[in-house]
Amino acid sequence: MSDEQIRSLEEQFEARIARDEKIEPKDWMPEKYRKTHIRQMSQHAHSEIVGMLPEGNWITRAPSLRRKVALLAKVQDEAGHGLYLYSACETLGISRDELYEQLHSGKAKYSSIFNYPTVTWADMGAIGWLVDGAAIINQVPLCSTSYGPYARAMVRVCKEESFHQRQGFEIMMKLAQGTPEQKEMAQDALNRWWWPSLMMLGPTDAASTHTEQSMKWKLKRKTNDELRQQFIDQTVPQADLIGLRIPDPDLKWNEETGHYDFGEIDWEEFWQVVKGHGPCNRERMNARVGAWEGGQWVRDAAMAHAEKKENKKVKQAI
Amino acid sequence: MAAKKNWPLWEIFVRSKNGLEHRHFGSLHAADAEMALENARDVYTRRNEGVSIWVVESKNITASNPDNNGELFEPAQDKIYRHPTFYDLPDEVKHM
Ligand SMILES: [Fe+2]
Ligand SMILES: [Fe+2]
Repeated sequence: MSDEQIRSLEEQFEARIARDEKIEPKDWMPEKYRKTHIRQMSQHAHSEIVGMLPEGNWITRAPSLRRKVALLAKVQDEAGHGLYLYSACETLGISRDELYEQLHSGKAKYSSIFNYPTVTWADMGAIGWLVDGAAIINQVPLCSTSYGPYARAMVRVCKEESFHQRQGFEIMMKLAQGTPEQKEMAQDALNRWWWPSLMMLGPTDAASTHTEQSMKWKLKRKTNDELRQQFIDQTVPQADLIGLRIPDPDLKWNEETGHYDFGEIDWEEFWQVVKGHGPCNRERMNARVGAWEGGQWVRDAAMAHAEKKENKKVKQAI
Repeated sequence: MAAKKNWPLWEIFVRSKNGLEHRHFGSLHAADAEMALENARDVYTRRNEGVSIWVVESKNITASNPDNNGELFEPAQDKIYRHPTFYDLPDEVKHM
């Protein structure tokens, strides 16, 4: 194809997206569109999978059966989200094995938030409330993104997320209404998860490189700073409601803008964690790779069993 | 050891309730059809989304090529006589 033909195809492609048409797997697409989607969707899938680790840590120690079934169901949902997203990503012609290989080798990223430790039960509350809360804000606009399989996966994901956030908030609320020690535990979890949750919504608009292209392809509908403001505005009143303090001395309501003003985010910490120097980066990858490698014999055995059964069927037919 | 064999990909179709058709829900990897059904139940019907599941190994699906959409689907566009509104009838004709 000549450069000119490609340019004209690209123009038609952009026009389709601008008209709100969906792009489906077998449609022609610019190489950059394919690559960007593989990167974002796989990063998203990896985050769901790695995100199970900090919470899985507390399943056996949940304080009641009610809390345990809820946490177990939530973690199972996250596995499901990872699977929806991996299979959506595979429609772009990359194999599951390649995707895992990119995660395990460190070539692909996952959300930095999961590199923080979960040291008390209250962390299960803070994660559901804040981390899933921030994830919902990130994800809802993706339900109408331009790539069909991604949009459909996100519709399912978003439907399931709201229970995650509610179960987390309920944990925080109960602790905040409990003994002074329990309330202190909830406050401590909020103190530790607040800033990393704000960082989850991505670098500031000034420092963010992909925004314009992503807007065009509807991978983004609002900027990181707008999403962050939305998250803060909706979360602060929730903290007030259960009597917990947001750990930001600069936080205050701004009558003029109709939003909360907030303090400086420590972006140096963010980039350190992204680069692999967070408190749990290594631990998470070891757990993930260990689970994958430890399960190899199970996958092999299942495949061998399936082949044996298949051969038997063929023989009987003869 | 022989070259590693990966679990093949399966397409999952779910009937959400009797009276509705099976609809494509997504795909997953499994060693065989039975496992694909079990996994599909866990992945796609955790909240009563289905009463019946079909699994089809993805390699068995033949799809039309969007490049041929013109010759495949455009011929239907000018066949307006296939639609009831094409026919001029007096207003007095009821129930038709
Ligand atoms: Fe999720
Ligand atoms: Fe979640």
